[in-house]
Parts: sequence; C-alpha cells; structure tokens
Amino acid sequence: MGDMTGPILEPAATAATRGREIRLEGIAKRWGGTTALGGVGVTVPAGSFTALLGPSGCGKSTLLRIVAGLEDPTAGRVLIGGEDMGARPADKRDLSMVFQSYALFPHLDVAENITFGLRTRGVPRAERRARLGKVADLLGLAPYLDRKPAQLSGGQQQRVALGRAVISERPVCLMDEPLSNLDAKLRQSMRAELRALQRSLGFTMLYVTHDQVEAITMADQVVLMNAGRIEQVASPHDLYERPATTFAARFIGTPPMNILPAAALGATGARLETAAGRALEIGIRPEALRAGAGPWRMQVTGGEYHGADALVEGRIGEAPVLMRVPGQSLPVPGAALRLALDPRDLHLFDAGTGDRVDLPGLAQLIARPEDPAGATGAHAPHPNRKDP
Amino acid sequence: MTRRKDWIWGWLLIAPALVFIFLFTHYPAVMTIGESFWSTPRGGRPSRFVGLHNYERLIHDPTFWQVLGNNVLYAVVTIPASIVLAMVMAVLVNRPFRGRALARMAFFTPTILPLIAVANIWVFFYLPGFGLIDQILGLFGIGQTNLLGSTATALPAVMVVSVWKEAGFFMIFYLAALQAIPPQLVEAARIEGAGRWTIFRRITFPLLMPTTLFVSINAVINAFRLVDHIFILTGGGPDNASSLLLFYIYETSFRYWDTAYGATLTVVLLALLCLLAIGQFFLFDRKVHYR
Repeated sequence: MGDMTGPILEPAATAATRGREIRLEGIAKRWGGTTALGGVGVTVPAGSFTALLGPSGCGKSTLLRIVAGLEDPTAGRVLIGGEDMGARPADKRDLSMVFQSYALFPHLDVAENITFGLRTRGVPRAERRARLGKVADLLGLAPYLDRKPAQLSGGQQQRVALGRAVISERPVCLMDEPLSNLDAKLRQSMRAELRALQRSLGFTMLYVTHDQVEAITMADQVVLMNAGRIEQVASPHDLYERPATTFAARFIGTPPMNILPAAALGATGARLETAAGRALEIGIRPEALRAGAGPWRMQVTGGEYHGADALVEGRIGEAPVLMRVPGQSLPVPGAALRLALDPRDLHLFDAGTGDRVDLPGLAQLIARPEDPAGATGAHAPHPNRKDP
Repeated sequence: MTRRKDWIWGWLLIAPALVFIFLFTHYPAVMTIGESFWSTPRGGRPSRFVGLHNYERLIHDPTFWQVLGNNVLYAVVTIPASIVLAMVMAVLVNRPFRGRALARMAFFTPTILPLIAVANIWVFFYLPGFGLIDQILGLFGIGQTNLLGSTATALPAVMVVSVWKEAGFFMIFYLAALQAIPPQLVEAARIEGAGRWTIFRRITFPLLMPTTLFVSINAVINAFRLVDHIFILTGGGPDNASSLLLFYIYETSFRYWDTAYGATLTVVLLALLCLLAIGQFFLFDRKVHYR
C-alpha cells in the first residue's frame, strides 16, 4: 500500500490553483432514436472532487466520455477552465483519465505504461525518470516497475492506471468506475487513498460511479443522474438530508428511504396535503422511524438480523416500510409498534412530479395532540421538540 | 499394477492416431531420406547404394541453385509484401465506413478461390495483346508485353499472383487480432496524446506480433509449398526463370522419373523449412508479447 502521507508531487500550497473548473451546458447525446443524455447542465468547481452517481444506463459514463472528448455531444458545450472545448480532440483538453478496465498496455512494463504520455509528448528522458520515481514512491509501485501488467494483482494494476493519470500533472482527472473491479476490502482502502491523492495534488476530479457509498464518502459534490437527466446536484450531506426528488430519496441510503402515500398517515397525511394544496408522498428513512408514544402504528410483518442492527419489515396503513432498530431489539412478527415521528425526519414530495415540497409549519401540523390518526385510538400528547 | 494398466491404456488410446501418423508422415519421410542415398532404379538396373553421390550431384547442379535462388527471392519478396498488405487492409476495414462488409469480402475473395482458378484469371490479365494489362497499357500507347514469357518478368509476375492470393487470407487473422484489442487501449493512448501513427506503432503493431509470427511462419511454409499457379502460368519457364524448389522436385520426380534425385531435393527442402521455422520462432519469440 502506498503511503499517502509521504512525498507528494507538488507542494500543497499550489494545489488550489491547479484544478480547473468544468462547466457543462445543455449537453445532449442521441443515437438514432434513443436519448442517452437530455440537456445536462452542471458546474464542477475547480479543485473539487465531484462524483457522477447514478444507476447503470443513466448516461454518466457517456457524459464523462463527452468531457474527455472521446465522444461528441449532439448538442451543448463543454467548458474546461472557461475555454470551450468544442471540437478539441481528447489529447488537447489537458486532462487525464482512468478507465474501469484500467486500459493498461499489456506489452509495456509498469514504467513504460506510466510514462507513456510523457514519451508521446516528448518529455526528456531525465525528467521522465525523475517524475516516474516520485509517482512510483507515491503509489508504492517502485518494486514493480519492470513488471508487465499481467504479473500484477488487480490493486497494483489499479495503481499503475492511477500513476499514468497523475504523472502528467493535469488540472483535470476523469475516472470511470475505477474501483469496481477490486474486492470490497481493497476498494475501501483505495477510496481513502484516492481522496487523499486528489486533495494533495489539487486537481479537479470528475468521478463516475454507481456506488452511492463511493460518492458519499469521497465527493465534495455529488451529481445524481437518472435516465439521462440530472436529479440533484448537492453535497453528500445535503443529498442525504434533503433529497430533491423521490428518485434521489430512494437511491441514497441503505436500505432506501420509505416513501408512503400521505393517506398511510391517516388524518395527519390528509392535513399535510390540505396545507400543501396537492397530493403528497411522505419519505421517512428507516433509521428515522422510532418506536415511541406517537399516534401512528406500525404492524410488524418480519425482520432481518444484521448484527449491529436489524431491519424490521412492516406496514404503516397499507404501505410497506422498513425500520432500522438496534440488533438486540428485533420485535416479533405480528406485533404492533407505536411510532414517534420527528417532523424534521419527514420528507414531503409531490405525488405527481416526485419533487421535494417544503412545507412551512410542518412541525405544528404533525404535532396536533387532538389528532385521532385513523384507528390508533387515544394517546398521550406527543412530546414536541423545539421548532426549527 | 494399476500404473502398468494405465500405461497400456494410454498407448491403446493414442494407437490409432499414432499408426496413421507413422504410416503417412514418418514412414515416407524416413523412406525419402533413405532413398536419397540410393540410385534411381532403371529398366533392368536395380537401385543400388550410392552414398552421398546424389548430394554431390545436387551441389554441382546449376538448375538446383537457380531454382533455390528463385525460391529465396520469391519468399523474400512475397512474404513481407503480403504481410504488410494484409495488415494495411485489416486496419482499413477494421474502422467503420459505408460498404465495409463489401470491402472485407472483396479482400477475402482471392482466398476462397482455388489457386488454379486464380492462376487462370491472371493468365488472362497477363495475356500478350489481349490481356487486361496490355489493354490498359494500350490506352497509353504502350505496346504489347509478354510478362510471363520473358525471363526477366516471369518470376515477378508469379510473385504478384501469390501476394494477391495470400494477403486476403492473412488479413482475416489480422482483422481478428485487431478486434481482440480492447478499444479502451486506443482511447487511453489518445488521451495521453498519441496520434494515429504512434498508436499503431506503439500499441497496435506490438499487440499484433503474435499474429505476425503465426502468419509469417505460414507464409514461409506456403512460399515453399504452393506451386500450383506455376503449372498454369509459366510451367517453370522460360529457362527455369520462374521455377521454384517444389516445382523442380515435381518435374525431377514425376516428369523425368529420377526419383532418387527427387528424394535428395526433398530432403534439402525439408531441412530448409525446419531451419526457417525454428529460426523464426527464436527470432520472434523475444519480440512477441503473448497475452
């Protein structure tokens, strides 16, 4: 494993100035009748780590290839560092790229693979060797420089691909699911290393992944995509705390957020819909559902023991829900739990469009003590938390 | 006990294949080597042991040296020419364009035609006065040629035919090899600033080396083995100008029935092919990267 706290290519002081901003304006890509990307616009701040997240087939890899110049958009503009890339070919965009398959040249040894780009650009031999030495130390590849890729483990091959990307010291680095071929343990340690590498070198990272954990743990900014469109652009924190659509709500978090029709909450739901003036869906994360003295009732239908915690399967009204509880307190199927809801844990979405609805005074609407809440019967006043 | 049984079973299982390979490959080869030390039996004069007499005769046979020289020239020209052409054609039809299937088929057609048919087509091309070449040359006011009939041009004319025939065949192997190269390699090289030529020189060409080795061994063997077109085109003439080693062996053995000398020539041809194949393997082996 490479020592990420060791010598770095460039002093961190210059790091902030190194990255370049990437701006995408109305990028569309169509092949015949199918639309891969429908007018995508997003800005990747200079020096940031931005993850393109989405299910497979959502167009994130196509978008990355368009930024790289390997694919031409049907419409729209790519600006890097404020300059329109237009018809500029891939090698003139001043970026590097790591492929999912690593794309190492099988007939060249590690040293030749890493310095390939320096050679094609005519960097003198002495400088090539000096830079190779630094990168090899940085990534812990020094003992393997004369090996062929086939003689390396998956993790080592991954490092060679990284080495080839960082040796050129480009302001922008694109990565297309670079960790997906590694085993789980290695993936976890590489996540931290990649993040540290990007921080210390200061380049702008555009990172494609379908793994929400990678996006949440590594990125400064997550661009969540679905079916060729952007669902939400936000920090990992906001993406989790304030999902902009039901798709974002369901995509982030394991297990995903429970989305219930408002009717499942009985009178409370009806009151919320009246206040919002439209049909609503209500999202509650499994970890936000808590047993308590609230007016709502959850019928337990099953459970799954995970060790540290457990998932309770059940129903609120007719809607199936999951609830996360500590591992030792798994209720038996058939039991009825009373639930307490903190208004701050509720996410409201427009039932028609799936967009987030922000309802002022939500806490009061939830906490009305005289609420009979369907068939739940009499109950103690709900202890209200202080309003936001 | 069981080991012994396994051993017997093993031999029994390979016996059928072994019988045939001995009967039709090893036995004739050994017989040929033996025959080269004996004289040709003539009417009333049975074959007798002559030692190295046949080999002495071979060394002093000017036709043998001429034919060997022809064959070496034939190999040295046609092998690189057909390999380079095959590679170029494969690279051309590997990229997408309108009518690609048609182009591939056109390049491959010479391969599916029998060599005799190919030779017949080219006899028409080369025909003095009426042939395609002379008709085209006639448009530019250039007079009649006799490419197959003159000692200077007969061999080159034969070479053109075999390059035309072989290149399409080798192209198929290169095409398959090109399609086995992951497109990400080319994309990675593009991002690293490599132009088309650099990509070919530093990525594609080295990755095609195993194919080049395979193709070149085949080409060498074919250069000494395929002589069908000579029967149709020139009959080895004029004055042995277009005769190749195997054609000379055929003539010696089955036209003049000098079977002992034919056997001697065959032994020389076999030794030559063995040497070439071994040499190629060792020469290429260091430069070839096998995935």
